[in-house]
Amino acid sequence: MGLVKQLRYYFQETGNISLFATRFFREFLNPPYEFKELLRQCYMIGNKSLGLVGATGFIMGVVLTLQTRPTMIEFGAESWIPSMVGIAIVREIGPVLTALICSGKIGSGIGAELASMKVTEQIDAMEVSGTNPFKYLVITRVMACTFMLPVLVVYSDLISLLGSALVELIKGDVSFTLYFNNVFTYLSFSDLNPSIIKSFFFGFAIGIVGCYKGFTSDKGTEGVGRTANTAVVISSMLVFVLDFIAVLITDIFYSP
Amino acid sequence: MEKDFNINRSQPVIEILDLRKSFGSNHVLQGFDLNVFAGENVAVMGKSGSGKSVLIKCIIGLLPIDKGRLVVLGESVPDLDHHKLDVLRADVGFQFQGSALYDSMTVRENLEFPLRRHRDKLSGIPVDDLVLESLENVGLAHAINMMPSELSGGMKKRVALARTLIMRPKIILYDEPTSGLDPVTGKEISMLINEIQQRFNTAAIIITHDLGCAKVTSNRMVILHEGKNYAEGTYEEISHLNDKSVKAFFI
Repeated sequence: MGLVKQLRYYFQETGNISLFATRFFREFLNPPYEFKELLRQCYMIGNKSLGLVGATGFIMGVVLTLQTRPTMIEFGAESWIPSMVGIAIVREIGPVLTALICSGKIGSGIGAELASMKVTEQIDAMEVSGTNPFKYLVITRVMACTFMLPVLVVYSDLISLLGSALVELIKGDVSFTLYFNNVFTYLSFSDLNPSIIKSFFFGFAIGIVGCYKGFTSDKGTEGVGRTANTAVVISSMLVFVLDFIAVLITDIFYSP
Repeated sequence: MEKDFNINRSQPVIEILDLRKSFGSNHVLQGFDLNVFAGENVAVMGKSGSGKSVLIKCIIGLLPIDKGRLVVLGESVPDLDHHKLDVLRADVGFQFQGSALYDSMTVRENLEFPLRRHRDKLSGIPVDDLVLESLENVGLAHAINMMPSELSGGMKKRVALARTLIMRPKIILYDEPTSGLDPVTGKEISMLINEIQQRFNTAAIIITHDLGCAKVTSNRMVILHEGKNYAEGTYEEISHLNDKSVKAFFI
């Protein structure tokens, strides 16, 4: 019985998020447009995540290079480290890691913010004052997430490569010029494009889930905490599902 | 003594007839009737969960009604589309129980917010003047650049009232205006409600548990019981009724 209930809840939530996303597409094309709030959200979501995304990206680049170095040396493939690390970061690790970090930071933040606005009747106050809260709060946040995530992914990729280059410089005496020459020789647009395209979807998923959970939050302060928590869980799960789908599609178009 | 400032009894600004609203099997309003006239303050009292807040949320169009007639300033609220409802809302102020100030905005930005969509209504007056005048009306001009988190409960209620007043509404709906305040601040808010009625000749529905607030602010009182207007009259009339359910409010 518990399993049936859980399955029903899962399908209900999937359906409700889909309906919420449908409302997003229906409303975002119609005026009025909240450009000022969109820019503010881009600043809040993009600029304020630079530190965290940069730090995790740098660590990932350093760790990945340190972990692969011994094995690559053993196989006599030390010179392949920059291209291998570069492709791994640009294709997969950069987008997925950045999306997971953002679902923790941004998704939970949006969920908690909107839920607390709902509890304190700020969303009702907005509606009473003639502003469509869905347009002002949801559309701006989802658009900002969708636009900012690819930017953060590119930024994270660069910082990761910098971390990796630093390890190569210290351990392998490889100059930055040689390292990045090696990376960009083997990197092509077929590596970069799918990664950027899927980042848009990751951003959209994080934004829409955070907003959905916040907008439909139960009343009360307990609801705010629960909203933040479930927003992270669902958006992280969605990132992996979307990544799986993206990799399958990429494989069809770019497999040799 | 009945206070009767400038009430136009021939002109109802809110007409409610047989209003019904349910949430599932919970029948909150079961045929509620009320007329509010221009310039009149009506206090609605009732037990917790009796549907007082639901009533004013129906009036402003935040909740759809199930059945009945609900006319505000000559417009049938259930029949209005989103745009027309927004236009009507420019003339109907709503004071939320918890003030509902936007946390991320300063007091000035909170007051400017309703003007984003309704600027045409007050197009001849500069925004800064409107903001300052509204804050002066509630005695908080000095708080213009403060954040809501820096304000006390009473100040928040005043700023929320200023945000309502900036649109120069004809009707104000107060949801528990004195709840969560100490008796002195509560009395100050009650006096402010009276002052607003006198200065702007607004009509108001005041949802309250606070007998003192109802006594000071209302021209007429309505007791909401079991989803209907159980008793109606001035404070004096209601307080002398020999009915158990009504007397319970005056103990």
